[in-house]
Amino acid sequence: MATAETQNATSGQPKKRGTLTLRAREARLAYMLVLPGLLLVLFIILFPMVWNIILSFQLIRLGDLSSLNLFDFSNLSLDNYVVGIGSRFWQGLRVTLIYTVASTTLAIIIGLWAALVAREAFRGRGLFRAFLLFPYIAPVVSVAFIWRLMLDKNFGIVNAGLGLEGADAVGWLTSRSLPVSIFGVEIGVPIALITVILFEAWRYFPFAFLFLLARIQAIPEDMYEAAQVDGATPSQRLWYVTLPQLTGVIATLFLLRFIWTFYKFEDIFLLNGGAAGTEVLTVQIFNWLFSRRNVGVAAAIGVILALALMVLVIIYNKWLSTQEE
Amino acid sequence: MAENIQQRGRGFSRELFERRLGRILKWLSILFFILLTVFPFYWMLNLSFRPFQDVLTNPTRMFPRPEDIQTVIAPLSCIFGGDPTFCESAIRNSSYAAVLIQFNFLTFIRNSLILASLTVLLSLIIAIPAAYAISRLYFRGRQAMNWGTLLIYMFPGIVIAIPLFVFFVRIQQTIGVQLRSPVGVTLIYLATTLPLALYMLGGYFRTIPIDLEEAALIDGATRLGAMWRITIPLAAPAIASVALFVFMIAWNEFLYALLFLVENPNAWTLPLGLQQLDSQEVPRTFLMAGSVIITVPVIILFLLFERFLTGGLTSGGVKG
Repeated sequence: MATAETQNATSGQPKKRGTLTLRAREARLAYMLVLPGLLLVLFIILFPMVWNIILSFQLIRLGDLSSLNLFDFSNLSLDNYVVGIGSRFWQGLRVTLIYTVASTTLAIIIGLWAALVAREAFRGRGLFRAFLLFPYIAPVVSVAFIWRLMLDKNFGIVNAGLGLEGADAVGWLTSRSLPVSIFGVEIGVPIALITVILFEAWRYFPFAFLFLLARIQAIPEDMYEAAQVDGATPSQRLWYVTLPQLTGVIATLFLLRFIWTFYKFEDIFLLNGGAAGTEVLTVQIFNWLFSRRNVGVAAAIGVILALALMVLVIIYNKWLSTQEE
Repeated sequence: MAENIQQRGRGFSRELFERRLGRILKWLSILFFILLTVFPFYWMLNLSFRPFQDVLTNPTRMFPRPEDIQTVIAPLSCIFGGDPTFCESAIRNSSYAAVLIQFNFLTFIRNSLILASLTVLLSLIIAIPAAYAISRLYFRGRQAMNWGTLLIYMFPGIVIAIPLFVFFVRIQQTIGVQLRSPVGVTLIYLATTLPLALYMLGGYFRTIPIDLEEAALIDGATRLGAMWRITIPLAAPAIASVALFVFMIAWNEFLYALLFLVENPNAWTLPLGLQQLDSQEVPRTFLMAGSVIITVPVIILFLLFERFLTGGLTSGGVKG
């Protein structure tokens, strides 16, 4: 329908100004209304995005920015990609994928649990729901610092509460590997990575909780009643009535959170700066840019992440349109 | 229905058993979740009132001692003047006073307030007309715009940050405009929150019956007049939630503030100021006082306007 109308609108264009058709005038008004936003996005997002691609083929260091010529295409090379995609990149990609999949899954599971708890009214449910959103709405800088102090090796409440003192004290965010013996076999647990995953799940389960709660409350009551008449117990009603209704929302949530977590920077940067085996790709970009002062390589990894994002967004969009049908 | 269930002897007892078990599990879970989400914030408050030395020696102390609270509130007596030497040391020893005065958090509060409010104001000015156009008017490229909105919404901050950084440095050198400043950061916040605003406002505009506007058009109103007098007032709840979200996003934002404001301490926002406080010379408990200062306004806003915010969270899904 929209295409027919826009065609209609353009066919009216050639007429004189005063006699523009209603559709053409409407289109002109629309362009005026979207113009400021469009310019802003062009200037702040689209132009830098394109420039990022050019930067990724130029050999630029942070100190060279003053002598940089944007339109100098004489020294384009693939070196940034060759340097950037080394063993460190693959390690970063591996860490990013583990971090993203694990924390997304965990956040959804905890969110589902919370949503099931809050599904039926109880005294103080409003307050309960509000409390549960605290981790999500609080500024990332403060929650990262709170957990850093709680998890501190020497004076953190977590170690103290668990009675881990002296040699037993665990560096939750600072040790790459913690030897743990299971049935007499000593294995190294990637403790810092696990801790940032748990932090991420803590911070984002409220998001899953809200989505799932809204969906659960939309399940018609008579479905439960019918199941109860058929003799289904509460656990069976949960398993055969509630959960099947949630698969669509859970898949949507997974995709959405996967994308956002994949590109998360601040959380790990503030928790431990990507130390001890937690250097995800976004932190790696930052380190290339400001520790190694290599703009070109940072841009090259940025381009790769942007391409991956395009694919993810297309998948997400496809998924959403199948859901709406 | 009850008789129906009672006819099945075994089903009834299992039903009853599971209900009881469910109730116990439910209350245990409620307790667990409240502990999980509230305790860290309680701990922040607790640590913010205690001297760091005491935290080192008694890491599990659950409440600040009365004398600790005394130390923290001591500078209050200096508001209306007092012995300067006493006041100076009182401020140095009180976590909150030290953070606010000695470490310039008063300035950062002002900066954050200005930056966030300005972003909200400009964001509404830009987004309301654009959202109206996208949801109500037909024009070529509308579909492309919907697509672009989604893509930009998803676009990772760190990837944009690299070229923006280079770009802003170049702009300063070629035309002398310093965008590594609150102005530049405001522009970035505006651009990155625009998709959210468009999405939420556009969605709401679509729910307002078009007949109302058409009636106004027949009565001789212009399209803009109809938008201004009819659609915008009716969309007040959506506008309020967009304003709140944009405010909170700008208030909480860290990455762009770090990249573009770090060289100019007078322009630091609260999150950047707090992160910069993180050094060995500053007692860790002062960090918690700073965290309280940033977090409390957000939590109060959230509790006051929870209804607007949770609706927006599930309809648009605020990026985070």
